Amino acid sequence: MSGVRVLVGTRKGAFVLTSDGARKDWKVSGPHFPGWEMYHVKGSPVDPNRIYASQTSGWFGQVIQRSDDGGETWEPVNGDFTYATPTGDHLWYDGTPKPWGFTRVWHLEPSLTDPDTVLAGVEDAAMFRSTDGGQSWSELTGLRTHRTAEGWMPGAGGLGAHTILQDASNPGRIYTAISAAGVFRSDDDGATWEPRNQGLVSEGIPDGSAEVGHCVHRITMHPSRPETLYMQKHWDVMRSDDGGANWREISGNLPSDFGFPIDVHAHEPETVYVIPIVSDSEHFPPEGKLRVYRSRSGGDEWEPLTKGLPQENCFVNIFRDAMCVDQMDPCGLYFGTTGGQVYGSSDGGDTWQAIVHDLPSVYSVEVQTLP
Amino acid sequence: MTSSHTVRVVIPLHLRRLAQVDGEVQLEVAGNEAGEVTQRAILDALESKYPVLEGLTRDRVTKRRRPLVRFFACSEDLSNEDPDAPLPSAVADGTEPYLVVGSMAGG
Repeated sequence: MSGVRVLVGTRKGAFVLTSDGARKDWKVSGPHFPGWEMYHVKGSPVDPNRIYASQTSGWFGQVIQRSDDGGETWEPVNGDFTYATPTGDHLWYDGTPKPWGFTRVWHLEPSLTDPDTVLAGVEDAAMFRSTDGGQSWSELTGLRTHRTAEGWMPGAGGLGAHTILQDASNPGRIYTAISAAGVFRSDDDGATWEPRNQGLVSEGIPDGSAEVGHCVHRITMHPSRPETLYMQKHWDVMRSDDGGANWREISGNLPSDFGFPIDVHAHEPETVYVIPIVSDSEHFPPEGKLRVYRSRSGGDEWEPLTKGLPQENCFVNIFRDAMCVDQMDPCGLYFGTTGGQVYGSSDGGDTWQAIVHDLPSVYSVEVQTLP
Repeated sequence: MTSSHTVRVVIPLHLRRLAQVDGEVQLEVAGNEAGEVTQRAILDALESKYPVLEGLTRDRVTKRRRPLVRFFACSEDLSNEDPDAPLPSAVADGTEPYLVVGSMAGG
C-alpha cells in the first residue's frame, strides 16, 4: 500500500490530506467548496479515485459532489432528495406532529462492491440510494415509513440518519442509526427495516427500554466479525454479538461514557476506540485533557492514549463521523475536532501528531488506504 | 405571441461557483401573454441554463423561495411578491439586473 488520503469535511469547506505509508509528512489541499458545510466526504472502497461529498448550506440547500480523480477535481451531480412517497409526521421537540422535511445529507456510504452505488442517510431521517454515481437518487422508503416513524423525535442536531453500515459477508444486510430513534437493520437490501435496540437503556425517554427513541450516536463493526457491533450512545458504550438483536454495556472504566465517535482497529476486531466527553451538557473532554480511549478486550477495560494530544486546556468536541482507521500495518487512526485540528496516529493510537490544527470546525474524517 | 427578453441576473458567489460563471449572467426569458417578465420565468430560465442550481434558490417541488434567499430588483425587495406578477420593465429590457441574494444571517 502506497499511502493514505484523509478526507476532511468541515463547517466551511473540505480538505484532502495525503501522505505516504509512513504517515509523518502530509500534503494539504483545500478548501474545496469554500464556505459550504461539508457534512461528509467518503471514497469508494473499490475505486479510490471515486469520492462522494455532501455539500450543504442553510441558504442554498443540498449539493452532492463527485470526484473521479481522487479529489483533484469535482463535479456536482444530482442533489434531489425528494421523498418518494407522501410524507407523514414525526414528533417535534415539543411533542407535536411535524411533517417530514428534507434538510441535508448527513452521511454517504459508498458500496463495498460498485463505485457507482452509494447510500445516503439524510435529515429528516430517510435513506436514499444512487446506482449511477450520484446522477439520480431513489428513496428506500421502508425506513421513513416504518411503523414506528411517527413516534421518532429529533436529537439536538436534528432527526438524522447518520450512520450506515454494510455487511460484506451478507450483501443484503444494512444497518443504520438515527438520532433519536435508534438502530435499524435491513436484511433485504433496504426494502424493510426492523429496530435493533434491545438492551439499550436511555434515561432521557419515558420508557428507558423502549423499542425506539434511543439517541444512538454511532455504530461500527469489524468486517471479519459482522455479528459484533459497537455503539457509542448518547450515554453508554455498548456492544452486540448477535447483529444488534441484543446489546450490553461495555463502558467499564471510561471517565465518561458520553461521546460521539467509535471505531474498531483495522486488524484487531476486539480493539475499540472512543473519545469521551464530559456529558450531554458539556461537549468537551473531561478535565480539559484530550484522550482517546482504547480497549483491547472488546470493551469494559479501557486505557487512555495521550501521547501527542493536548493534556490541558482542551475543550473541543469530536463529532460522530470525525474518527476513522486506515488499513495500513500498523493501523492508523485519525480524528478531527470542533477546534479545527486533525490528529493522526500511525501506531494504533500509541502516539499522535496534529496533521493540521487551524481548519474550520471538523464535521467528518474518512481515510482511504491507497494501493 | 410569446416575447423573449434578455434579462440580466446577479447570483451569489456560491451559486456562481457552482454554475461556473463570473459576474452577471444573461438569460433569454420568455414573456407571459402580455409580454411581461415574471420572477418565475427568470428562475425557470436560470435553472434551465444551469441545472446545477435547481433547488438552490427555491424548493424543487413547491417552487417556494428558500427562506434565506431573497430576490431584489430596482431597489425593491420582491421576495414575497407573487412569482407570477410582472416585473418592472427595466428588468425586462435589461436596464436593471434581477438580484438573487443570500440573506444576511448567521456566520
